Amino acid sequence: MNSPQDPYAQSADTTTGKVFTVTGQDWDSIVQGVAEEAEERIVVNMGPQHPSTHGVLRLILELEGETVTEARCGIGYLHTGIEKNMEFRTWVQGVTFCTRMDYLSPFYNEATYTLGVERLLDIEDDIPEKATVMRVLLMELNRISSHLVAIATGGMEIGALTVMTIGFRERELVLDLFELITGLRMNHAFIRPGGVAQDMPPGALDEIRDFIALMKKRLPEYADLCNANPIFKARLVDVGQLDLAGCLALGISGPPLRSTGYPWDLRKTQPYCGYEDYDFEVVTWDTPDAYGRFRIRLAEMWESLKIVEQCADRLADLEGAPVMIADKKIAWPSQLALGSDGMGNSLDHIRHIMGESMEALIHHFKLVTEGFRVPAGQAYVPVESPRGELGAHVVSDGGTRPFRAHFRDPSFTNLQATSVMSEGGMVADVIVAIASIDPVMGGVDR
Amino acid sequence: MSPKEPQEFDEVTEGTEDDATAIMPENTLPADPEQLEPEVIDVRKGMFGVHGSGDTSGYGGIVRPVAMPGGSPRPYGGWFDDVADALGGALSSAGITSGVEKVVVHRGEITFFIRRADLLETVRTLRNDPALRFEFCSGVSGVHYPSDEGRELHAVYHLLSMTHNRRIRLEVTCPDSDPHIPSVVAVYPTSDWHERETYDFFGIIFDGHPSLTRIQMPDDWPGHPQRKDYPLGGIPVEYKGATIPPPDQRRSYN
Repeated sequence: MNSPQDPYAQSADTTTGKVFTVTGQDWDSIVQGVAEEAEERIVVNMGPQHPSTHGVLRLILELEGETVTEARCGIGYLHTGIEKNMEFRTWVQGVTFCTRMDYLSPFYNEATYTLGVERLLDIEDDIPEKATVMRVLLMELNRISSHLVAIATGGMEIGALTVMTIGFRERELVLDLFELITGLRMNHAFIRPGGVAQDMPPGALDEIRDFIALMKKRLPEYADLCNANPIFKARLVDVGQLDLAGCLALGISGPPLRSTGYPWDLRKTQPYCGYEDYDFEVVTWDTPDAYGRFRIRLAEMWESLKIVEQCADRLADLEGAPVMIADKKIAWPSQLALGSDGMGNSLDHIRHIMGESMEALIHHFKLVTEGFRVPAGQAYVPVESPRGELGAHVVSDGGTRPFRAHFRDPSFTNLQATSVMSEGGMVADVIVAIASIDPVMGGVDR
Repeated sequence: MSPKEPQEFDEVTEGTEDDATAIMPENTLPADPEQLEPEVIDVRKGMFGVHGSGDTSGYGGIVRPVAMPGGSPRPYGGWFDDVADALGGALSSAGITSGVEKVVVHRGEITFFIRRADLLETVRTLRNDPALRFEFCSGVSGVHYPSDEGRELHAVYHLLSMTHNRRIRLEVTCPDSDPHIPSVVAVYPTSDWHERETYDFFGIIFDGHPSLTRIQMPDDWPGHPQRKDYPLGGIPVEYKGATIPPPDQRRSYN
């Protein structure tokens, strides 16, 4: 209650009542202090640094006893000005920035931005098939890893630590695949205007097949552990209700929308990246609560596995096919290769531009420093990210940099449902409701 | 570099305005020719857009207009005409005749430029009319065109009709001197945070918003960071004796 060592969070009397600063100390003093005040209505400021708020999210809860009468979110603690920064880099460099927004689904950030740029360039039909298949493969692997974190952190926040440990165990396997394919576990900047950065490394398809086989054994463990678990169900069932009308009014998409039974999935309804050619189902549920959203995420991982399997089969037939557009005015000029000092431009390429062709050197220099121009206009190509509709509003003035890139992040929009999902419920259910939205603060604040 | 002052628009070598005119069928007479002109938002000088230092490329005299795609003549193609007809009909029966300033069809996406006074009625029609039924708003995005005089600030709305599986874009403009746009929160509650964000970053005041406060930046933050006249910030970084300026002060190629 009294923490004079903390100059920024002192106990004080304000016009609205006594202020208590709660950190990790003995709670007896708090309980006693509140009892002395003899007031039922308490405003709790939870976060932004709190293990249960799903990131750097600040919750302002007004409580009557243990019932939440009002819930508000404070966001912006992770705002990094990514959209502003993108206006000062080339179109290709923009990928490096936007991949860092929603850090649990980086490939979706890259994909929606890249698809928008490709639409403005009018090269949507020229993207090599292998690049598109690789994009789908990475996005679906990413959906699995993102849903695993959603389930894992959601479990952790209600005290189900085993769900957390097994969730992160499997996510690690997906990140290993990302590392093998792109070189990085996160922040890949791999999907770029015109294609993807690199071809599949040797042995990657075998690793993916091993992963699919393993996941088919591991995913039932989640179902066994959680689906009928009475404690798990007691915490999740009927918590965070939001029906279809509420979802549409608040612009909620993704698992919360599908948990109302409405099968809206952009991969089916407005296909991009050739999703119409893959065999998968849109998962829905009949109870629009936290439990329904959990079951949807669990079932969607099975569907993603199906798509990954189909991608692996297609990639096996596309050995050696190009992964970058043929247009040399857009395609990144160099192929990367592993040298004695790490990853860099391939020796063949260096030999070509330094020893053989002056034109190639000029091209490389122009594309890397100046970049390509994108015709003026604006585009919006949304994708179905693990959290819902993720779209980039990309505006070009005909220059070599984005004039404006705005991301419609599903976490940002879905977090608006916090109030309606938790008001009138118990304070402990607020945590469950927010975990069922699965907001990623990097995407919320950008 | 020639010492004489370059002529305005006399060396249009590599126009960006082709897109708008290329799709115009030759025999169709435009309804309002002015609306079909590409919207010039800026003038680009020199080959690389270099400011403050010499352009040694020999192309320093080039002056090119920066133009966004202009309006499109009928027919727009596909379901675009159905939406335009239904919207026009519903609006005129509500007594609004000139709500739609112009329609731009570009890269397979349709954009309706809406007069800001009629925005609220337009979105209400778009949501409620059974033939339109745009029940899902993907949010608001601001764009700042500092050289587009009288129309500096744009608010861009992406609407989705799940019933008909269609997606359209609305664009509303307002001048810097009077940055007011009616709020659509009453029709699309999801716009609450999106409008707060656009206010935060661009200074557009959404009239009728329940609590228009900053959302990402601190409450006492001065200025609106996404505006083009707001600097990116950053400090020069010294590395091995050389000094690299911050990104917004480096040589640019726009």
